[in-house]
Amino acid sequence: MWSEQEQKELDEILKKYPADRKMSAVLPALYLAQREKNWLDDADIAAVAEALDISVTHVHSIIGFYTLFRKEKSGKYMVQICTDLPCALRGAEAFFDRLCQRMGLGPDGGTTEDGLFTVEPVVCLAACDKAPMGQINLEYYENLTDEQIDEVIASLREAEKQ
Amino acid sequence: MGNELLSQYVLFRHRDVDNIRDIEVYLAHDGYEALKKAINGMQPDEVTAEVKKSGLRGRGGAGFPAGVKWGFIPKDITPKYVVVNGDESEPGTFKDREIMESNPHQFIEGVALTAYAIGAETAYIYGRGEFLGVFRGLQQAIDQAYDKGFLGQNILGSDFSLDIYLHLGAGAYICGEETALLNSLEGLMGQPRNRPPFPAVKGLYDKPTVINNVETLTNVPPIVLHGAEWYRQFGTEKSPGTKIFCLSGRVNKPGNYELPLGTPIRYLIEECGGGIIDGKAVKGILPAGASSTIMGGDKIDTDMDYESMVAAGGMLGSASFIILDETIDAVWAAEKNIKFFKHESCGKCSPCREGTFWLAGVYRKISEGRGTAEDVELLETIIGQMEGNCFCLLGEFVVPGVRSSLQLFKDEYQALVD
Repeated sequence: MWSEQEQKELDEILKKYPADRKMSAVLPALYLAQREKNWLDDADIAAVAEALDISVTHVHSIIGFYTLFRKEKSGKYMVQICTDLPCALRGAEAFFDRLCQRMGLGPDGGTTEDGLFTVEPVVCLAACDKAPMGQINLEYYENLTDEQIDEVIASLREAEKQ
Repeated sequence: MGNELLSQYVLFRHRDVDNIRDIEVYLAHDGYEALKKAINGMQPDEVTAEVKKSGLRGRGGAGFPAGVKWGFIPKDITPKYVVVNGDESEPGTFKDREIMESNPHQFIEGVALTAYAIGAETAYIYGRGEFLGVFRGLQQAIDQAYDKGFLGQNILGSDFSLDIYLHLGAGAYICGEETALLNSLEGLMGQPRNRPPFPAVKGLYDKPTVINNVETLTNVPPIVLHGAEWYRQFGTEKSPGTKIFCLSGRVNKPGNYELPLGTPIRYLIEECGGGIIDGKAVKGILPAGASSTIMGGDKIDTDMDYESMVAAGGMLGSASFIILDETIDAVWAAEKNIKFFKHESCGKCSPCREGTFWLAGVYRKISEGRGTAEDVELLETIIGQMEGNCFCLLGEFVVPGVRSSLQLFKDEYQALVD
């Protein structure tokens, strides 16, 4: 399952922790396994368990607990907008609603028909002074206007065509 | 240099010195001089003693004296660990990110000094998963420090060696609770541990561990370099030093502001934040993020230090000031925070797991206009059952926000259920 490059990175990750504490690497290993297609299938989960000498059940419990791992296919790009109180005080909820409308999604977000984008509200991202803000696959976009986020999405869509 | 109340920045030195994130620039401005001073001329205990003398208190929220915490580490057990809490997930808090992005070497030097003081050879910096980009930059800074011999084997030719590793979490507010953070770092679900034993005795991998917040440790290099007396020129007798205040909500200029502890809230809102949007009145102040007691606008002249905030019925916590103005619906604001806590409850203990679930349900009923006077009373009952019964502080954090909202804005709740 691991590509040569991924195996190399995994070996580097494991060096950070004591040799008898490989389980410590479960979060970084899951990030690595999730990187290519943005979600985790059974093979990915089994590979993480095997690499770290832990049970598949334990890996499932970790994926269930931490919100940044996904067991269902999602859009290639996760567009996550913070709508917690500090951002909401600066218009983040209305910003999110308008974005969903323009993307042709329901009020809670969802995945676009082409499967490229999943739009969802998220809790605090520690950038409350730069609302409205959000992240696309963990890259931050801040002080957003409708026009700016549309441009980002259009450019990602354009890049996918090539 | 500095700002009106500070002759020079102690933590946000990038605002005084351009590009201090580059190690060459940092070195040209006393960079790593504190580490040299400690390794070449101070016993580890002397470093701890100086930090104790400075009165530096933990900046993550609890305000526990850092030097005292280090003093709890037993000497005869090895290995020891330094773990840095960079989980920064409290709504309204965004200061550690700016430190790590813009003044990373002062932070790294602080980690190294802490490790030297307690005799640790390994440090882990735990950051929230969304700090992927922040950690990319921080790793570059750490690599630079290795290249210059400030990290790694036999630092500056001494017996002291230190490796610093970065570890990203994956989206769980609870991991800011220090024992949950340790579990997460060990590859478990991030749920809190029983205390005692305390992390100082049995922490990471059951070994003695110091856990401090990013901002706390960034204070250490100037304290060691210039001395505790110098540091105490800032702040108050019991709350010495400067603090980064995160200002968000209905102000004209939200952002991070470094000020001496003891500065009045009014200065933060009016001078730093440029006042309230459209000149409206302050309705409520949440001084410690979502887990705050809400203070009324009449408390605007309270001094922002640990003692004065408590005396005024609030708390300083991580100093994340979320400002509500008169246009904001108080019930909506309280419900927002409850939704956050419901989402982030780790599920370990029933008072928090069930309490936040029920609070969210009752708030929804009230805000949708389906509530009754009994529902408002039910909110009181639920927080009463949570208070003192949650396994960790994060569950307890839910209580003061709801209680103070009910007290301060009773009319608004009443209007919704009449």
